[in-house]
Amino acid sequence: MEKNQVSRFRLALIGGSAGGLDAILKIMSRLQQVPSYPIVIVLHRKADYDTLLVDLLENRTVIPVREAEEKITIENGYLYVAPADFHLLFESDGTFALDASEKVNYSRPSIDVSFISAAEVYRENLLCILLSGANADGTAGMKTARELGATCIVQAPQSAEVPFMPESALKEMEVDLVLAAESIGDFMARL
Amino acid sequence: MEPLFRDEEIEMLLNDLLDTWGYDFTGYAHASLRRRISRLYLLRAFPSFAEFRYKLKNDSAFFHEFVEEITVNVTEMFRDPNFYRSISEQVFPWLSTKPFIRIWHAGCSTGEEVYSMAIMLKEANLLHKSLLYATDINPSVLENLRKGLFPMQHMKQYSENYIQAGGRLDFSSYYTAQYEWAKFDEVLHSKMIVSTHNLVSDQSFNEFQLIVCRNVLIYFDKGLQERVLRLFDDSLEKLGFLALGSKETLRFSDLSAGYSQLPNREKVWKKIK
Repeated sequence: MEKNQVSRFRLALIGGSAGGLDAILKIMSRLQQVPSYPIVIVLHRKADYDTLLVDLLENRTVIPVREAEEKITIENGYLYVAPADFHLLFESDGTFALDASEKVNYSRPSIDVSFISAAEVYRENLLCILLSGANADGTAGMKTARELGATCIVQAPQSAEVPFMPESALKEMEVDLVLAAESIGDFMARL
Repeated sequence: MEPLFRDEEIEMLLNDLLDTWGYDFTGYAHASLRRRISRLYLLRAFPSFAEFRYKLKNDSAFFHEFVEEITVNVTEMFRDPNFYRSISEQVFPWLSTKPFIRIWHAGCSTGEEVYSMAIMLKEANLLHKSLLYATDINPSVLENLRKGLFPMQHMKQYSENYIQAGGRLDFSSYYTAQYEWAKFDEVLHSKMIVSTHNLVSDQSFNEFQLIVCRNVLIYFDKGLQERVLRLFDDSLEKLGFLALGSKETLRFSDLSAGYSQLPNREKVWKKIK
């Protein structure tokens, strides 16, 4: 794909759990310019570390970082972080929605929930990325997302700190690319 | 592959609910509603959208089940302990100057937060002159609240929350174990008025010094959020407090000019005009 060409992706959605933060930082290290699309991160973690994660990411990327707040319009060139203890959903008018309902796969936010919700809105304009983690959250959502037309990338298990999550997806479905975290960053930089 | 429901199908269901049962869900935010409806549809293994729609229009038991399933009833005692700490440190001193205290828990679900508030009031020696109005759209979730029964399995977590919230006693002194249920002290319940109330269609019914409505507005679209905030504004006495969920805000509302948020970032606003 030519650089500067308008990307077909209107949203990049990244899910991760244990070891996911490390992979996200590696991806960010390869994104030296603000992308033409928004990036949204759904990362399992303890409830109290919301501002900490935003602060941490802000120091490691050129992309402006925001918490994903309900009803705000998702804008190109921002990195949004799903708040802890809520599921993150996507409305068809291009805004975020939050949902405090039951945990899914012992997780809130659940990656499955966000992948499915985003895919229903963005279809083939969605890029789904699944990173390191110790549970199977993300697999079912990625499967649905791909059926709805999304492009799906899984972190190469041998490059993941905890390979269970990417392995789970690779066992259940075909994906478009399997890449080390740095290469995912390089791929995203070219979009 | 297509999503389970098209937007038009969701609209159709919502119109049926309004026409047939008089319940208006058209102001609910769509992403969450769609997810809850899909979940119920798959759980009950309906063969087609048409059958789902038919049953919803014609079977009142199923309609009530539907309401229960699509409204979120996840709550806990002393959820966000720092919130309760703020209430007792910044709101109770003002409440204590009142001869009589009225608090409204709007959209209280199964009532864990109402009992939490009652416990805080008791420890501040304010419960005897308080009334807590507990309302929800959904009659079935209010049953255990009326009986003061909560699942025993959560008590360990609630006890930890209670201590973090600044609780001073042994949390287990507030309940007795009855097999899998914790039965809470009658004195707490004696100060509660429990009733159904629909924030979409029902009016203000009293004036309060504190209104608590946490993790309810996130399920509403902007128009309905504004309507409900106005309902709260109409129901709140001057200098009273409005408490919202940890990710909810008055910031974008037309009413925000009349309120000032507590300085500690907790989602509590004082009505200043």
